[in-house]
Amino acid sequence: MKLITHNFLSSKCMKGVNVGFPLKISASDVKVTEVDFNPEFVARIMQKIDYPALYTATESIGHLEDLPKQMVENYENDEHFLKKVHHALLQLEVINGELICPETGRKFPITNGIPNMLLNEDEI
Amino acid sequence: MSRPEYLAPPEIFYNDDEARKYTSNSRIIDIQVQMSERAIELLLLPDDQPCFLLDIGCGSGLSGSVLEDEGHIWVGMDISQSMLEIAVEREVEGDLLLSDMGQGCPFRAGTFDGAVSISALQWLCNADKTCHKPVQRLYKFFSTLYACLSRSARAVLQFYPENCDQMELVTSQAMKAGFFGGVVVDYPNSTKAKKYFLVLMTGGNMPLPKALGTEQDANGVSYTTKRDRLKQARGKSVKKSRNWILEKKERRRKQGKDTRADSKYTGRKRSGRF
Ligand SMILES: C[S@@+](CC[C@H](N)C(=O)[O-])C[C@H]1O[C@@H](n2cnc3c(N)ncnc32)[C@H](O)[C@@H]1O
Repeated sequence: MKLITHNFLSSKCMKGVNVGFPLKISASDVKVTEVDFNPEFVARIMQKIDYPALYTATESIGHLEDLPKQMVENYENDEHFLKKVHHALLQLEVINGELICPETGRKFPITNGIPNMLLNEDEI
Repeated sequence: MSRPEYLAPPEIFYNDDEARKYTSNSRIIDIQVQMSERAIELLLLPDDQPCFLLDIGCGSGLSGSVLEDEGHIWVGMDISQSMLEIAVEREVEGDLLLSDMGQGCPFRAGTFDGAVSISALQWLCNADKTCHKPVQRLYKFFSTLYACLSRSARAVLQFYPENCDQMELVTSQAMKAGFFGGVVVDYPNSTKAKKYFLVLMTGGNMPLPKALGTEQDANGVSYTTKRDRLKQARGKSVKKSRNWILEKKERRRKQGKDTRADSKYTGRKRSGRF
């Protein structure tokens, strides 16, 4: 699971959960992969990114590196900043660990890079 | 062949053996890729803009690879562990989730610029467990899909409806969830090439895209009327009118044929005394 996915993922499909975002991450295995930098895409997706959630997620998997705590203004043309965000969103990947619902504490295991979001009958 | 939905639930039917076909059977691969390409075309995404897309029932990621080739970033969800493992093995760029579309799309509001689904939707029409109610699962799916799309985004879902009732059931639940749109049927006259695409729109009711391979049956009607209109637009005269006769004589003269001179009587009605 890449952090871009985490930044949009919610447990709200579960009965009794209102927002279900952001899910907490407990990572036991993180992989860093090289992904082509596409400044246009990163600048566009930044309009929807919940930056505090991205910051916390990056920190919680131990890969904060030099991601700024605050989002910079006019980031569209700030290649330096966009590259850092690109790294956090697309190059960091949680391979094993779990996601934790912020409201119920329900755990969703991540195995082989794939979060298991399947719900039990009594959770729907 | 009986429909796979009747054989077993999807997470069982798409086991390791079935999943393997998605890397080894070139016919399956070709069809999946072709339908994915058509689905993207029907999405009408803005030109040259890398988009963030959802692939529902992404399976082995054949459809996702087509999205990648077009320069998009995608997230896929599928209920079959075996299919997702094939996607990992194929090293797709998209991110994968093990999840059941009938339980809803687990994303924040407005996440995606568009969504595609290739050959998965018909699975939702089946009740695989006693707790499964197809209508409810379809509605849950469509309403959460609607919510996680950005405004003006589209979803294109290729599927194999079993009959008219099923098509009606699926479409009505999508409309109830807030979508506009309907089913586009490509190559309706061919048993083999016929394909159903549910085209869903969030930003108001727009005309449905044109289906492929429908020209033949339209010929009889629209072609002739179109030709007549064109003729008039080109300024041709009504047959047997004075102008028509004069034009015809002029053409004959140009061709060097023996033609009588024009006179004031040309094209006049005979009195009937003969
Ligand atoms: C014909 S395959 C298409 C695979 C995919 N388009 C590809 O490129 O490999 C249909 C897929 O739909 C998935 N599917 C069926 N029911 C589903 C459900 N309720 N939720 C999520 N995926 C489902 C199956 O697991 C299967 O992988």
